[in-house]
Amino acid sequence: MMLEIDHLTCGYGRRPVLTGVDLAVNGGELVCLLGPNGSGKTALLKTLAGLLAPLGGQVRIDGRSLAEWPARERARLLAYVPQAHAPVFSFKVREVVVMGRTAQWPLWSGPTAHDWHAAEAALALVQMETFADRLYTEISGGERQMTMIARALAQEARFLALDEPASSLDFGNQARVLMTLRRLVKSGIGVLMATHHPEHALRCASRVAIMRDGRLQRAGPPDEIVTAASLEAVYRVPFVVAELSAGQPKPFRVCVPQLN
Amino acid sequence: MTSPALDGIRTRSWRRTLLLIFALAGSIVVSLRFGAHPLSWADLLQVWSRSASASAVTDRATVISLLWEIRLPRVLAALAVGAGLSVAGASYQGLFRNSLVSPDILGASAGAALGAALGLLFSLSIAGIQGLAFSCGLGAVTLTYVLSRTVGGGHFTLRLVLTGMVVSSLFMAGVSVIKTLADPYSKLPAITFWLMGGLSSVTRADVALLAIPVIAGIAALLALRWPLNAMALGDEEARALGVPTGLVRLLVLVSATLVTSATVAVGGMIGWVGLMVPHVTRFWVGPNHRELLPVSALLGALFLLWADNLARWMFAVEFPLGVVTCACGVPVFLFMLRRSQRSWAA
Repeated sequence: MMLEIDHLTCGYGRRPVLTGVDLAVNGGELVCLLGPNGSGKTALLKTLAGLLAPLGGQVRIDGRSLAEWPARERARLLAYVPQAHAPVFSFKVREVVVMGRTAQWPLWSGPTAHDWHAAEAALALVQMETFADRLYTEISGGERQMTMIARALAQEARFLALDEPASSLDFGNQARVLMTLRRLVKSGIGVLMATHHPEHALRCASRVAIMRDGRLQRAGPPDEIVTAASLEAVYRVPFVVAELSAGQPKPFRVCVPQLN
Repeated sequence: MTSPALDGIRTRSWRRTLLLIFALAGSIVVSLRFGAHPLSWADLLQVWSRSASASAVTDRATVISLLWEIRLPRVLAALAVGAGLSVAGASYQGLFRNSLVSPDILGASAGAALGAALGLLFSLSIAGIQGLAFSCGLGAVTLTYVLSRTVGGGHFTLRLVLTGMVVSSLFMAGVSVIKTLADPYSKLPAITFWLMGGLSSVTRADVALLAIPVIAGIAALLALRWPLNAMALGDEEARALGVPTGLVRLLVLVSATLVTSATVAVGGMIGWVGLMVPHVTRFWVGPNHRELLPVSALLGALFLLWADNLARWMFAVEFPLGVVTCACGVPVFLFMLRRSQRSWAA
């Protein structure tokens, strides 16, 4: 199964923020979107999730245009993890996660025992099972983010669209999210993830797409795309990209912005 | 559900429901016994026997007539109005993610009031009054929603509440115009007394006309309990989860307005129930509509039954029910506001 973005223009209302995007995400592949604030990453992910209507071009899943998929079927194919979440009512974490299964039951029905088990399994995958009966309004921002990821996992979709999933997580939770995503990708799920951490792209991504000035500038393997020059062009500050190998079975690169 | 944690949740939920059902059953019996003409247990028991009881104070025919024509319709109307307004309020609050929203605030009550006042002005039948009340209630909520969408600026829920207040005052101005035009000796007192809210003139025919829309509306809202949960997380999230948000919003608005308009058409403007009871229930059972809606229905029915009993029993002259619900609602609401800061966080 393939998610194809074909000459897509998207934005808010009639104002385009991203034009002419061509990108494909295969099952078993993690594609990272790198770009400065306001470069259109969120608009792209929201368009894929059906929350924004495309202003031009189209998105296809399995060869069929996104507009042709009914909302319920689309939710079974693609799960979306939003960037920020402001809860109003104090649902339990378990209840928030089981809502990821909404597309699995008829509109007038509710979760079955199987759905509750799937929710618990998703919580266990992100090591949040002990939080199941905590109130969603009373856990930390990082724990909420993990809950949102668990909800997307409970959705059992073929593709995940994650909008900066590690933005409010501590190092431990960042590592757990990345390891979880790696496992999911190995199981055949396709992931499209917006991030502000170039290292995450280097450690996990199959491909990286650079976005800037309302366009997708370049896409390719992380080692080719994530360089000091490309990061400097994206974020408009000088970068140091250094390779670390001490004590590591395989050398890896770190990216640090320079402060002048 | 098979895990111990989930089994525990389900057991607690059943205990709460059973407790409320028993409380409601006991309250119904007490409400049937007491009134301007109190009935003894022997009076009540002889209704089920074929002959008059020797220890009965009131003769069997009078008891049957009193129960069948006056008290039972009134008790049933109180149950339906209380349950209906509470479920409608809880659904509105979930749909708009705002604990401040109630059927009164979105304009359904004011709209239904205008419709019912028009019906009374033109001496329509009960069915005609209900139909007009429902149409105007739906029209008012639709107008509130459309205006809050089209008038830009600020947060949507704040716009919604403010627009609801504007639309409510517009429709209430219409009610004032009708009161000015109404015959001061026959129709004006009827409209005025009806606006204060009360169930004193409820008949068996009213109960039948009230029960159908209230039961249908509550059943529809109960069926939409899980989509409502997703909507309570936010519109975008619900859509991303596969909820047809436009359809759910329409169904909830129509069902809640159907219930609200029917209750206003029969019982007049009975405020606070739709705001306070969902609040108390959410504090007790949490925000999951799977339990929030049925418990709101039972608690709302119980609350309004006792509010109506107080209206009947407190003074020699019957008090308007709307005044009693307000007198109970304000302190409870202020107490809940102080205790449940978290549900007001947003």
